[in-house]
Amino acid sequence: MQISLQQILFIVFGAITLGAALLVVTRRNVFHAAVFLILSFFSVAGLYVLLEAPFLAAVQLFIYVGGIATLIILTIVRTRQTMHPHVPGTNRQWWAAALVAVALCAMLGWVVLDHDWGAAAGPVPKNSIALLGAALVNPEGFVLPLGITSVLLLVALIGAVTIARER
Amino acid sequence: MIMVPLTWYLIIGAVLFCVGLYGVLARRNGIAILMGIELMLNGVNVNLVAFWRYLEPEAATGQTFALFVYAVAVAETVVGLALIVALWRTHDTVVPEDTDLLKG
Repeated sequence: MQISLQQILFIVFGAITLGAALLVVTRRNVFHAAVFLILSFFSVAGLYVLLEAPFLAAVQLFIYVGGIATLIILTIVRTRQTMHPHVPGTNRQWWAAALVAVALCAMLGWVVLDHDWGAAAGPVPKNSIALLGAALVNPEGFVLPLGITSVLLLVALIGAVTIARER
Repeated sequence: MIMVPLTWYLIIGAVLFCVGLYGVLARRNGIAILMGIELMLNGVNVNLVAFWRYLEPEAATGQTFALFVYAVAVAETVVGLALIVALWRTHDTVVPEDTDLLKG
C-alpha cells in the first residue's frame, strides 16, 4: 500500500490533535490543559491547510491561539489558587460522562463509516478566498448573518465587561 | 497524488467532539468545561471544512459556516470567562458545582 505525503501529514496532525485533546480533558492542572489546548488548535490549523482552506487556518491561529487561548490563560492566572490540590479534577459522574462520550463516538463512527460519501469533488477554485469574501457581503448570500454577528460580538463585549467589572 | 479519504476527517471531527463532550460533562473546573466546549466547536469546524472540500468546493457555504462558528465561539468564550471571573470575585471559587445560591 502506497502512502502519500498528504496522508502522512494528516496522520501526524490528526494524532497531535486527538492526543492533545485527550490531555486537555484528563489533566488535573488547568494550566497544563490550556497549553495542550493550544497544541490541539495548532494542529487543527494544520488540518485546514491540508484541506486547502488557508484562510481558515490563519483565522484558527489568530482567533483560537491568539485570542481564545490567551484569554483562557489570563483567566486561569487571575483565578489561581482557588482549587485545592487534593480535590479531584473530575466530578463523581466522570464514568457516566466517559460512557456517554464513547457511545456517541461509536454511533458517529458507525454513521460515518456506513455511509457512502462518493468520490471527492474536483480541485478547489483558485479564487476560493475571494469567493468567500464575496459571499459574506452578497445581499443574496450572508450579509444579514454577518450584520447579526457583529451585533452579537458587540453585545458579548459589553456583557463581558459588565459582568466581570470590579464593583 | 493520493488524497486522504473524507471519512478520516469525519472520524477526527467526531472523536474531537466526543473528547470535548467528556470534558464538559466530567470536569469540575469551570475553565476546563469551557475548554471542552472549544474542543467540541473545533470538531464541528473540521467537519464543516472537510465537507466543503470534498463535496462542494465551488460553493463558499462551508467556509462561511465555519467562520460564523468562530464568531459565536468567541462570543460564548468571552461571556463564559467573564461569568467565571464574576463567580470567583463573589464566591471565591471557579467550580460551578460549588455555587448553590439558588438551592432550596
